[in-house]
Amino acid sequence: MNLSGSLQNPKRKLVIAVTGLNAIDSPGPGVAVIRAIRESNEYELRIIGLSYEALEPGIYLHDLVDKTYQIPYPSAGVENLMHRLTRIHEIEKIDLIIPNFDAELFSFIKLSERLKEMGIRTFLPDLEQFEARHKISLYKFGKKHHLMVPEDRIVNQVNELNKAADDLDFPLVVKGKYYDAMIVNTKEEAQKAFYKLQAKWGLPVIAQKFITGTEINIAVLGDGKGNTISVIPMRKLYITDKGKAWAGITIEDASYLELADKFVKATNWRGGCELEIMQTTEGISYIMEVNPRFPAWIYLTAGAGQNQPATLVKMALGEKVEPFKHYTVGKMFIRYAWDLVTDVSEFQQISVKGEL
Amino acid sequence: MKFKKNIATSDTGFVFNPGSGDSFSSNQIGTDIIACFKEDKSRQEIIELISDKYDVERNQLEKDLEDFLTQLREHNLLEE
Repeated sequence: MNLSGSLQNPKRKLVIAVTGLNAIDSPGPGVAVIRAIRESNEYELRIIGLSYEALEPGIYLHDLVDKTYQIPYPSAGVENLMHRLTRIHEIEKIDLIIPNFDAELFSFIKLSERLKEMGIRTFLPDLEQFEARHKISLYKFGKKHHLMVPEDRIVNQVNELNKAADDLDFPLVVKGKYYDAMIVNTKEEAQKAFYKLQAKWGLPVIAQKFITGTEINIAVLGDGKGNTISVIPMRKLYITDKGKAWAGITIEDASYLELADKFVKATNWRGGCELEIMQTTEGISYIMEVNPRFPAWIYLTAGAGQNQPATLVKMALGEKVEPFKHYTVGKMFIRYAWDLVTDVSEFQQISVKGEL
Repeated sequence: MKFKKNIATSDTGFVFNPGSGDSFSSNQIGTDIIACFKEDKSRQEIIELISDKYDVERNQLEKDLEDFLTQLREHNLLEE
């Protein structure tokens, strides 16, 4: 009797819920996160999509997402979200949730302890880490930790813009509280941008010194104890009109790895994040923004040899993870648009029943 | 005249700077000149080799080589 190969460890079953399924022209990271986790092939996975809108493309990608449930918008409050997650958990027995939207992170961080009690893990920064890197506090954060951040002014009233422009000079970057940024050259343009951003994202609006240079993005994974587990720097090769990368390439520059390490040490960052860097011709790297979650191009980290989402899963499960030491330089991604054809019955089901 | 150590070049004239992510394509003469750099040939040796291979006035070649070097320097591909 030949028994060779008949004894195999069964793969661990894991139910992971992921948000950010809006794989659109300005994409959420969810689909990329799922692809990366599935690629690790270490678990028997059931992926639960958590969506906000019925037309998020990831809902209909059944090879990647096994089942999707709609969840309430962050504006509905933490308790509504908790109620919905509890209901979904009763059905799906979720092991881990990976939220991928800036705007929802506050709620998930707030709920992380209660979720843990229910048996749902997360791997997120704490509220202090989350708030410290917020656009509104980033300049102060940079000063405190000796990280270069462009000087800014927090603007709550339109007349404060003139003073900000006098201090920082034109061109000036006027940024919304959560998203969007506009480069302005005159006080009139600045005021127009202020009203537009105020209407969309509320107050305050940030006026930031304009820095020219090469834009670099860094995907970072921290263990929450000050250790950097993975760093992948990427240069955008093609940018959409919304400033999103449509193609990019991994690059080699030790200074970016050091910068990421310094950030992780300063914050004890837990989980994934993206540092948006502007490197000037003088070689100074300014941190323009810190996005507190994986970027939409995170699948590139799997291609470059440091699968950050799969590594986050391991850390969330309490497995010991060693920091990565190498990655492939010159690994490229090129995003593509692809028409998924589905039946109206699917759209109806997610729209009416809130699940698919 | 030396390429930076980390610059990757191919026989097809493709040049990749892993530090910046920039990539370039050169024509056949450019590719030949880059191959000379890789072999640590001097400017004089490059001029000899290229003028043997191509039908080009020496003065013109010297001027074009200087222009090419300026471009390589501007793109941060050469050791200073």
